[in-house]
Amino acid sequence: MADKKLAIIATKGSFDWAYPPFILASTAAALGYEVQIFCTFYGLQLLRKKMDMKVTSIGNPGMPMPMPMPVMMQALPGMQSMMTMMMKQKMKSKGVASLEELRELCIEAEVKLIACQMTVDLFEFSTSDFLDDIEYGGAATFFEFAGESDICLFI
Amino acid sequence: MANFDQELDASGLNCPLPILRAKKALNGMGAGEVLHIIATDPGAVKDFEAFAKQTGNTLTDSREDGGKFYFLMKKN
Repeated sequence: MADKKLAIIATKGSFDWAYPPFILASTAAALGYEVQIFCTFYGLQLLRKKMDMKVTSIGNPGMPMPMPMPVMMQALPGMQSMMTMMMKQKMKSKGVASLEELRELCIEAEVKLIACQMTVDLFEFSTSDFLDDIEYGGAATFFEFAGESDICLFI
Repeated sequence: MANFDQELDASGLNCPLPILRAKKALNGMGAGEVLHIIATDPGAVKDFEAFAKQTGNTLTDSREDGGKFYFLMKKN
């Protein structure tokens, strides 16, 4: 029997939203799936050599805060970096893997990473900003694999 | 305590690391060999059952003792 296939479209570029694609892709690969992640728009941040994503509570009232804080305060300069730092510390203390570690595990497990060419051009990113071993393609490239996938996720 | 060939201490690690580490350890083992896994993540109990079901390896033991979880995974 051929391996099962998982196709993921990653569209979000915040620290917290970068987790689901990498967690699901690495786990699926460990279960024997062939996996591709197609990164488009803000999801391109997942492919940067040095990932520097932030978490924000703005527009995200579901995010638990260590202390109650008015939204105006949360928007002050430096708050986003502080929240990201606190989130990273909490994750470390709970034994949650770092994004870098999860991405490395994905690459080791031969998860294929694809950057959306159109959005790379749109945002005027340089391919030298991204990991060396990724591919570039468009919507048709995505469907070539997704059309044969058993599971297809838009994240 | 049943016999095992290799041991993996995944204590303190959270989902999906225990599974990923176990997969890595099993990759380096021969068919029929048994991996002993120690974990503290309660989610690992269901996850190792699901892992065994999907990979064809056999979970021969799963138990809890003093807040820790112990698994025996036999490679197919």
